Amino acid sequence: MYDRAMPISRDQVLHIGRLARLGLSDDEIDRLTVQLSDILEHFEALAAVETDDVEPTAHPLPLQNVMRTDSVAPSLARDDALSNAPEVEDGLIRVRAVLE
Amino acid sequence: MSELWELTAHEAQDGLRAKQFSSVELTESVLARVDAVEDRINAYITRTDEVAREQAREADGRFAAGTATPLTGIPFAVKDLIVTKGVRTTAGSRMLGDFVPPYDSHVYEQLKRAGAVMVGKANMDEFAMGSSTEHSAYGVTRNPWDTDRVPGGSSGGSAAAVAAGECIAALGSDTGGSIRQPAALCGVVGLDPTYGRVSRFGIIAFGSSLDQVGPIGRDVEDVATILDGIGSHDPRDSTSDPAPRPDMRHYLGRDVAGKKIGVPREYFVDGMDDGVRTRIDEALRHLESLGCEVDTDLSLPMTEHALAVYYLIAPSEASSNLARYDGVKYGLSERGGSMWENMEQTREQGFGDEVKRRIMLGVYALSAGYYDQFYLKAQKVRTLITNEFRDAFTRYDALVTPTTPGVAFPVGDKLDDPYAMYLNDIYTLPSAVAGLPALSLPCGLSEGLPVGLQIIGDVGAEGTILQIGHAFEGARDEANRLAPL
Repeated sequence: MYDRAMPISRDQVLHIGRLARLGLSDDEIDRLTVQLSDILEHFEALAAVETDDVEPTAHPLPLQNVMRTDSVAPSLARDDALSNAPEVEDGLIRVRAVLE
Repeated sequence: MSELWELTAHEAQDGLRAKQFSSVELTESVLARVDAVEDRINAYITRTDEVAREQAREADGRFAAGTATPLTGIPFAVKDLIVTKGVRTTAGSRMLGDFVPPYDSHVYEQLKRAGAVMVGKANMDEFAMGSSTEHSAYGVTRNPWDTDRVPGGSSGGSAAAVAAGECIAALGSDTGGSIRQPAALCGVVGLDPTYGRVSRFGIIAFGSSLDQVGPIGRDVEDVATILDGIGSHDPRDSTSDPAPRPDMRHYLGRDVAGKKIGVPREYFVDGMDDGVRTRIDEALRHLESLGCEVDTDLSLPMTEHALAVYYLIAPSEASSNLARYDGVKYGLSERGGSMWENMEQTREQGFGDEVKRRIMLGVYALSAGYYDQFYLKAQKVRTLITNEFRDAFTRYDALVTPTTPGVAFPVGDKLDDPYAMYLNDIYTLPSAVAGLPALSLPCGLSEGLPVGLQIIGDVGAEGTILQIGHAFEGARDEANRLAPL
């Protein structure tokens, strides 16, 4: 059941670029359409691998739900945490308005 | 007498303990070497000469006080995605061009605790995405064996610095081959530890289920010593394996006779250089002469799917990890318009082509309608690859393969063809996908350039692959062959 949505179309690249907030130029969209199609074409063989009863691996370690005790300890000082912020006011990061 | 920068870490340790020279003298020798060759190599994004001098003085104090460790006074290159408090950490990206971390990574903390010396932050492909160090916002690193060629990547600065004498040893990181491939192309030793062996706390994230920090050095003993130094359990990384760590150096020098070595035929494909094949065949005969039982009648048919699995899973994880670079909290921040405009401008300006390509691939593989077909499918085939290895390790102590299909390629050769660049990783991807430890070490030259031998081990079996690598290296006199720069 391999669907021929591949190779990827220019409209799809444009859509994905918007989702990723990459601010891509028209040239970049054109180039990525060709390059991503080429890469994805090479991945087609994966569809033929039988995986009906196979569990997915998200992670190579058998560790699960690693917990620690909820103990109080020193953390990063506020000024240090803010030291790389582009704009700071009253100990807070200043951001652009989210709702206009 | 040879120069101090030519020593291995354990040779340097012997000299320091015997008071033949001081840590300050060793560090000054390395810094002078950096002065002499760095304009031809570009191994470092940021030099930290003053940090190094201060740490070298402290190291001499520890030798005087009798509190030195096996890494005390050893000059290191530290890959620039390893966060270092107060020292700019860029991950090879414009996005983090002014980022000065307010805390230390676990591995740098361990190096400092051991009394090691940091010479500088090593160049790398941006966010560790690449196989040539050409995808750095801070210029290409050159291969010390031939400066018209790439050093491999993404830890190309770390490997080139070790090979050129611009440090004695280095830390790199491996996601799909980023320690082993540059180690192979630069003629040095590199180890990708078992996933979970070394803490990822303070490592700028690329593919979180794959990323692992590891050592690059001039011989197997150095690499084993560094793993002992950086590999402790860390509760700040929930994927740090709490199992006890055996001392790696105990494995060195032990007899390897009777070790069962599998050689999977899928690693000997068309497109592999004849020169590489010749060197690997010789290496296999050499392992036999050491008493290893080498079995070439082994097939791992899932190997061919590792590239697709990796290049779907790693970009998917990267697209999520790199969503944090939004120009709001830290890093580059373009601030001309609305919130959304600023975010897009920041990411457009901050990320290079390869990073954008991988984010796009990842967002696509994770997006509605394609998730099952790509991401979930890749995760399932990842299980099959892992099972195939697991089965092989019921019969073999280690698997031996080439590290790369060819030697170092010319700068610019593969930049316009992303898929051709990805093919460089075909031999290093399968073990990475399965989270297994793998060592690359030199096994001679082809066309005057280094060839790497890869030894893959079972989960937690770093000791076994280091033992085999150490025996091979000793029998061949392959240790500490510096680039003829």
